[in-house]
Amino acid sequence: MSYKFDFEFLAERWPDFVAGAWLTIQLTVASIALGFLVGTVCALARVYGGPVLRRIVGVYVEAIRNTPLLIQIFIVYFGLSSLGLKLSAEVSAIVALTVNMGAYTTEIMRAGIQSIQRTQLEAADCLGLTRLQTILHVVLLPAMERVYPALSSQFVLLMLASSITSQISAEELTATANLVQSDTYRSFEVYVIVAVVYLALSALYRFALWAIGLVLFERRRKLGTPL
Amino acid sequence: MIQLSSTHILYLVEAARWTVLLSLIAFVGGALVGLPLALMRVSRSKLLRGLASIYIQIVQGTPLLIVLFLSYFGLGILGYKLDPLVAAGISFTIYAAAFLGEIWRGCIEAVPKTQWEASDCLGLNPVQQYAYVILPQAVRIATPPTVGFMVQIVKNTSLASVIGFVELARAGQIVNNSTFEPFVIFAVVGAIYFAICYPLSVASRHLERKANAGR
Repeated sequence: MSYKFDFEFLAERWPDFVAGAWLTIQLTVASIALGFLVGTVCALARVYGGPVLRRIVGVYVEAIRNTPLLIQIFIVYFGLSSLGLKLSAEVSAIVALTVNMGAYTTEIMRAGIQSIQRTQLEAADCLGLTRLQTILHVVLLPAMERVYPALSSQFVLLMLASSITSQISAEELTATANLVQSDTYRSFEVYVIVAVVYLALSALYRFALWAIGLVLFERRRKLGTPL
Repeated sequence: MIQLSSTHILYLVEAARWTVLLSLIAFVGGALVGLPLALMRVSRSKLLRGLASIYIQIVQGTPLLIVLFLSYFGLGILGYKLDPLVAAGISFTIYAAAFLGEIWRGCIEAVPKTQWEASDCLGLNPVQQYAYVILPQAVRIATPPTVGFMVQIVKNTSLASVIGFVELARAGQIVNNSTFEPFVIFAVVGAIYFAICYPLSVASRHLERKANAGR
């Protein structure tokens, strides 16, 4: 093999990679937060809602989970703009990722909510907690604690999947890589670097989620045991 | 501008055959590499366990899109110009192997320890233990999540469009470029993916219920 590896372009282009990674973080943190909100509300609707509401949420979840994210992104970006609703690439990315995240969160949180026993709700009732208090303290937090590992992996997977938004020219990490490699013709080096950055980002996300888990769940902090 | 017609829809359906083919390649390749990985993950050798674990960590920590770019553009510039189908096949194999390996590891570990001990008492050697006792039971546990993962594979083959492989997603883009009706076209493309994936999802759920019925 006569190819010589050359990472010299990094000296000049590293700020681009940093900017790309930063946008990836911004896009994914926003869509994780929004998607989690959407998913939690949908999960509550799926478990406690009426038959019509349950059906609607069911259709949403199945439609999203059985179609590729790439197509969802195209529908939001190209599809909606052809219908007159023009969104920027970044906003489209957040919308598509949020809708996607919401569907997966719904399924995960539904499992958690269903694992909360009836007696817990009755006990909350006896203590005179309001409906909102019951849902927040007795249902959601323990439910989330039970499914937290699954949620965390789904969040990391979403961060990796955000690379697909490069296809609608959201200038995140992967799009930056495509740009730099077309300028420098160093595609192998560029993609290796970006792969390493993504690995570091996944490690960072995993660590952050672990730390958030410690803050959120008292049991884990004080006893060191999961539920 | 060309009007969207039934010919376009037919073109999309035909392109879906490539999506199915690519999914099959990914699944077969992923299974061939994934099974050894799963066995390495549960092996007694620390080295084998470590190697398999590193592989899985790296693949699960990088986007599939980057793996695709590396094997298509990256290897291309190193002098190994691959056909898009080959590059996609390799990338999806790498990707599916990591996930299947991890799924199957869990399934092998889920076989009760007493089965190992009993087969040990019967004087079976490790190969016989795997072949006659452990793996047949692990397969039963593994079927629902494996079918579920096939949905992920089918959906992810849409990424092969970015290296110019004309499967369903790329066909949608091509039709869109000539007719310029993205909303309708990508909805149809999404519906075709749904038609492939939904039966798999239902099958996975059904198998899971059946597997748990005895417990």
